[in-house]
Amino acid sequence: MAGNISTLTDTSFDEQIKGADVPVLVDFWAEWCGPCKMIAPVLEEIANENAGKIQIAKLNVDENLEISRRFEVMSIPTLILFKDGEPQLRLIGAKGQHQLLQELQAFL
Amino acid sequence: MSKPPVRDVIIIGSGPAGLTAAIYTARANLDPLVIEGEPSSSSDQPGGQLMLTTEVENYPGFIEGIMGPELMSNFRAQAARFGADFLTRKVTKVDFSERPFKVWIDDVEMHARSVIVSTGARALLLDLPNEARLMGYGVSTCATCDGFFFRGKNIAVVGGGDSALEEAIFLTKFADKVTLIHRRKELRASKIMQDRAFRNPKIEFLWDSVVVDVLGDTTVSGVRVRNVVSGEEFDLGVSGLFVAIGHVPNTGLFKGQLDMDENGYLITDGKSTRTNVEGVFACGDVQDHTYRQAITAAGSGCMAAIDAERWLESTGEAEHEIAETPRNW
Repeated sequence: MAGNISTLTDTSFDEQIKGADVPVLVDFWAEWCGPCKMIAPVLEEIANENAGKIQIAKLNVDENLEISRRFEVMSIPTLILFKDGEPQLRLIGAKGQHQLLQELQAFL
Repeated sequence: MSKPPVRDVIIIGSGPAGLTAAIYTARANLDPLVIEGEPSSSSDQPGGQLMLTTEVENYPGFIEGIMGPELMSNFRAQAARFGADFLTRKVTKVDFSERPFKVWIDDVEMHARSVIVSTGARALLLDLPNEARLMGYGVSTCATCDGFFFRGKNIAVVGGGDSALEEAIFLTKFADKVTLIHRRKELRASKIMQDRAFRNPKIEFLWDSVVVDVLGDTTVSGVRVRNVVSGEEFDLGVSGLFVAIGHVPNTGLFKGQLDMDENGYLITDGKSTRTNVEGVFACGDVQDHTYRQAITAAGSGCMAAIDAERWLESTGEAEHEIAETPRNW
């Protein structure tokens, strides 16, 4: 289902973000969050259509509080785009595919 | 460019009203297109205001209650089962000055013989500069999404209606203390919600008070509260702020085309869902600031579908043979 989407955890986060050779868009989400569920298929489509250009990764805030705290995530969904291991762009709240693609344009 | 095909009915909005209209018009063979909106973390999203609520206890038919998002997902699936089409986009422009009516999503133009407007209402914010700056950093439009981040913290909720009390009660699952700030001395919420809130030991009340500023550098550290009677101001230390002070109808799109009252709610004719434009119907919260319930929205969505269907029948313009009503419903 989520072939082009990877999963990050507190332990794997640093290694995977620093080791990535394309920008990584991290989706901070949780099971109970309705808007997070709503953007899941949108992210899946973006991942599939932009394979090789951008990596999309999910981080469950419920299970991975350390990374969520490090980036002061206080609202989900929050999407943070990392390039060369550094956060470049932060999007708070659910958005439609059209709007998300516009925000991500510079990195695709 | 060739003209786009003309649909019998386009439904703008996908809360209980729009989706009920979709179920009924689909069953009447009107092949509805629902332009359902785009995901967001506010109530302005596909499924509408119920997408941000938890348990809905008063929707008839669900003895033990049902989760708001689940209820709306059921509505949508039911409309899809009868063949309603969906577009997960926002309408950007309409032209109701001549028939067929025109509806745009950016530069894509669509035509319809009838339109059902069910764009609903969205939650108001305080409209303070620092509220916008700290959105997502302690200011939240979605208690169910963000309550988790306030475990063991103090939170302020602004408002005195059912939505405010529901949020306050929900947030006590996480927060140490929830201060409900209300501009009057009494709540306008329903009795059952008031009883629950007053009984909750984690909820404190600040009466006759309004929030005049949101404090904090990178995240919320407090709110400045003014007592509207004495005029005195003080700072209340909180890490989170949730606002539930009422709603405003989503009618910007229809300015100058559909008649509205002074608050922007669409005006419908008598007990019907007819607007001032023949062939355009309105249902749900976009035309109702009195009842504002999922069940009344759904009921008026059904009325709009029947009104649209009868109107199409009377013009003889409908492309599809309209199913006989109401026997086979």
